[in-house]
Amino acid sequence: MIRSFKKHMGAWGTVGPTVIWLGIFLFLPLVYVILITFLTKNAYGGVDFSFTLENYRNLFKSEYIKVFWDSIVLSLETTVICLLVGYPFAYILANAPRRWKNFLVLLLMLPFWTNSLIRTYGWNTLLRTEGIINHFLLGVGVIKSPLEMLYTDQAVLLGMVYALLPFTVLPLYTSIEKLDKSLLEAGSDLGASRAHVFTRIVLPLTMPGIFAGSIQTFIPSLGFFFISDMMGGAKTMYIGNLIKNQFLSARNWPFGAALSIVLIIITLILMRLYTKVGSLEDMA
Amino acid sequence: MANGEERVIVRLTNVDKSFDNEKVVKKLNLDVKEGEFLTMLGPSGCGKTTTLRMIAGFEQPDEGEILLGGVNVEGKKPNERDVNTVFQNYALFPHMNVFDNVAFGLVEKKVKKEEIHTRVLEMLKLVKLDGMEKRMPSQMSGGQKQRVGIARALVNRPKVLLLDEPLGALDLKLRKQMQGELKHLQRRLGITFLYVTHDQEEALTMSDRIAIMNSGILEQVGTPEEVYNQPQTKFVADFIGESNILEGYVEHVYEDAIGVTMESGKARIPETGYESEEMVYLCVRPENLKLDTKPHEGFSLRGRVREHIFVGSINKTMVELPNGQMLKAETPAEDELMPVGTPVNIYWNPGKVVVMRTKEEMIYNIIERSVQIEGMPNDPIF
Repeated sequence: MIRSFKKHMGAWGTVGPTVIWLGIFLFLPLVYVILITFLTKNAYGGVDFSFTLENYRNLFKSEYIKVFWDSIVLSLETTVICLLVGYPFAYILANAPRRWKNFLVLLLMLPFWTNSLIRTYGWNTLLRTEGIINHFLLGVGVIKSPLEMLYTDQAVLLGMVYALLPFTVLPLYTSIEKLDKSLLEAGSDLGASRAHVFTRIVLPLTMPGIFAGSIQTFIPSLGFFFISDMMGGAKTMYIGNLIKNQFLSARNWPFGAALSIVLIIITLILMRLYTKVGSLEDMA
Repeated sequence: MANGEERVIVRLTNVDKSFDNEKVVKKLNLDVKEGEFLTMLGPSGCGKTTTLRMIAGFEQPDEGEILLGGVNVEGKKPNERDVNTVFQNYALFPHMNVFDNVAFGLVEKKVKKEEIHTRVLEMLKLVKLDGMEKRMPSQMSGGQKQRVGIARALVNRPKVLLLDEPLGALDLKLRKQMQGELKHLQRRLGITFLYVTHDQEEALTMSDRIAIMNSGILEQVGTPEEVYNQPQTKFVADFIGESNILEGYVEHVYEDAIGVTMESGKARIPETGYESEEMVYLCVRPENLKLDTKPHEGFSLRGRVREHIFVGSINKTMVELPNGQMLKAETPAEDELMPVGTPVNIYWNPGKVVVMRTKEEMIYNIIERSVQIEGMPNDPIF
């Protein structure tokens, strides 16, 4: 009896604080959000305690379906471009001389440590009609009138790629660096050209990195709202903006909560896929 | 080449290679004959692996030429060379099963599917892995992995198979077994094997010829018997097997012999072709070094028994010379041992000593030493 009590005490002593922390800061808020989705909004921006499924039904309205669709397309575009830019980047990084490697990774991480809002403002300064790029191009005489670069969908895409590139590069970098260089030599020794060494050896062996990088880019890109707000001028609505608006402008918390739940579910599905592939990689 | 009929399949001419201003291969000249099993042997860092990697095309020589089948391969990438490599760490493709690993080179060569199938299965049978073609490398033992590595290289029927310490990661028993199998495979297929190892026993048992390298220099090339019985340099005598090496100089030149004087005594050696005052090394294998209480004609080399070491079938006896040098003598275990402390006469049978001219740098050493003892009349040592 005493022994088992002690055993339990030990377990609580170690895991307890984490359980309490997660309970207060993750589980309770989540339950609260789920609860709200079944309630009705009232005229003053609060919630009335009357049960409804209206918020979930609203999700299937065509204008919201379009928001989801646009968001997923933007996130996919972001992910693909991040991969295309990030793979060569990570490859060079992983094969750089040892004394350069840490420095290059530092350069990659450096923007991370500055506030992302400030970085996005930086892009605004560059891209806007009276911005640095337009000034320069006008001054040089390449263009007659300033280019419309900011507040376009392309600008949003650019901002997203810029913000999320490290999320793609880091898993790719780890995966490529882990690659045994003698495998490349073996491939070449057995008659494979450089292109074939890449397609037959490097690419399949770095697939876990590609997958991890994609998911780690795709998931946060779905929820981003400030980049599309600041660089897209809120012309196209994405999930992140929609949720933000429901809570802050429209004061429709129940619907905002329902949208959040959908986002959480998508994320959980992707995370599940991610861990599954991760465990596959460990087996190899 | 002594024998012009034998074709040279790999020829290295004056090959130099440096890494970060450090020369790892210096003016290397080596011919590998078609169909032979040649081993490059040397301590780690002697440049043997670098040489192999230059032949494979992973490294480019700074100077000199490499000919493969008579063709200069300068600037040719590894995939353009008719050689294949077996790696020490196996370097199997972890995402492919055994069949696909072995088929890799044939797929690159665009060999027909049916032919790939038969050739791969045939090769797997040859390396005793039949029935394992669906296995992944991660499910195999070290020995099995290296069999796949060997099959993957041999299936391409290379002109030369390069083996970079292929058995280095295996345990002793498996290594011995694989040595036999490799030798067998080489005989059966008739493919030239260029083998790199630091294990002298491995080199002696497997090779047709051994090329011994030391700090980037090729010291000697010869059959196992030649490098063991007639080492040409002190390094070779020391590195291959065990050796007692005595420093001395030629004091007398007789008609059919020379009288060599060492720090600890004198010996008459039936050798000709040496000049008076020439500095030499005498190299005697422990099994040829004899000890006796009676003096032997032609020898005035005395020492004291210091220690006996029993190693199963033989006894090793350590004998200390007056100058402190330790010599090692081996006797059959059943022979009676002389008690520790016994003064003994040291001798060897004619023909059981190898005389080597010392290199100039060694002469300077000895001259320096003799300068130190100059002015001492009737030098007590000699």
